Amino acid sequence: MLDWLFMEQWSPYIAGVGIGVLCWFAFLLSDKPIGCSTAFTRSSGMIEHIIHGSKVNEKLYYKKFTPSIDWEVMLVAGIVIGAFISSMISGVFQLQWVPSTWAASFGDNFSLRLIVALIGGILLGFGSRWAGGCTSGHGISGTLQLALSSWIAFICFFASGVAAAYFIFHILGG
Amino acid sequence: MLKSLHQNKKIQLIIGLVIGIFFGFFLQKGGVTDYNIIIGQLLLTDFTVFKVMLSAVIVGMLGVYLLRSLGFAQLHPKPGSLGATVIGGLIFGIGFAVLGFCPGTVAGAVGQGFLDALFGGIVGMLIGAGLFASMYPKLQKKILNKGYFGEVTFPELLKVNPWIVVIPLAIVLIALLYWMENIGL
Repeated sequence: MLDWLFMEQWSPYIAGVGIGVLCWFAFLLSDKPIGCSTAFTRSSGMIEHIIHGSKVNEKLYYKKFTPSIDWEVMLVAGIVIGAFISSMISGVFQLQWVPSTWAASFGDNFSLRLIVALIGGILLGFGSRWAGGCTSGHGISGTLQLALSSWIAFICFFASGVAAAYFIFHILGG
Repeated sequence: MLKSLHQNKKIQLIIGLVIGIFFGFFLQKGGVTDYNIIIGQLLLTDFTVFKVMLSAVIVGMLGVYLLRSLGFAQLHPKPGSLGATVIGGLIFGIGFAVLGFCPGTVAGAVGQGFLDALFGGIVGMLIGAGLFASMYPKLQKKILNKGYFGEVTFPELLKVNPWIVVIPLAIVLIALLYWMENIGL
């Protein structure tokens, strides 16, 4: 009866409906939209705090987003746990360095993939804070609230993502 | 009762964690914690990401606006400007394609065992977010406020009852998904 819990993959519509319902609970129980990118700002601030001490808190941006464990940091930690549980019980959890689509175009050298992922991560962390949100905060939570900023962000995320992916896989990797 | 729940910091941390666990579970089951599926979406060969996102938006929008109409929820639309939203969004998109994950799915990918997501994605995002925090005072003065349009929503812009936008948009998005299935995307 609980077979669906152990399935490798669900219909994307079922997963999407589940995420939509979670958004109700986030607004109802926490008065917050689901978002992920400020968690990285706060965590980055906390790490800087360990290295440089309390000077960090004087930075203007960290006055807006205090470097401490908040709802969103817990949410991102929860995502890691939830995906771990889901992939373990369906048997797809696997330690892996190089994804197959990448390997098909650029080979399975793990240090190349690591450097590229690191550059991508830097751009993503930088861009999401510049735009004030990510694919969850703008792309799902903001668009469902019908916010103008989020619909513009959503279009820019994918327009630029499609162009960049085309460049990477059809021009560099082609 | 809801207000005291919202103000209880310890309980909020637990609620955040629990919502996150479900979120990660759904992302993984939906397939979107997989690099191949996200890149497939950006190369327009696999529409799983759109299907997950659009169905979340339809269901989320109907429920959240209903909660709001019943007085159980408040909206929190993000402010925006051309300088912040457009430029930031375009930088984000490049990172999205280079990394192959977004900030939420990269956390899910770590949970699924993808090491490039952990040592490349998460580490890079922490560096990128830190860099932005350092550059924020300058960017704030020069770029981020250019073309500011604020926290406005479409019903507010059109000066109509929100349901006048919510219902037709839900129908259009459902029709779009139906059409995508029909043409085999």
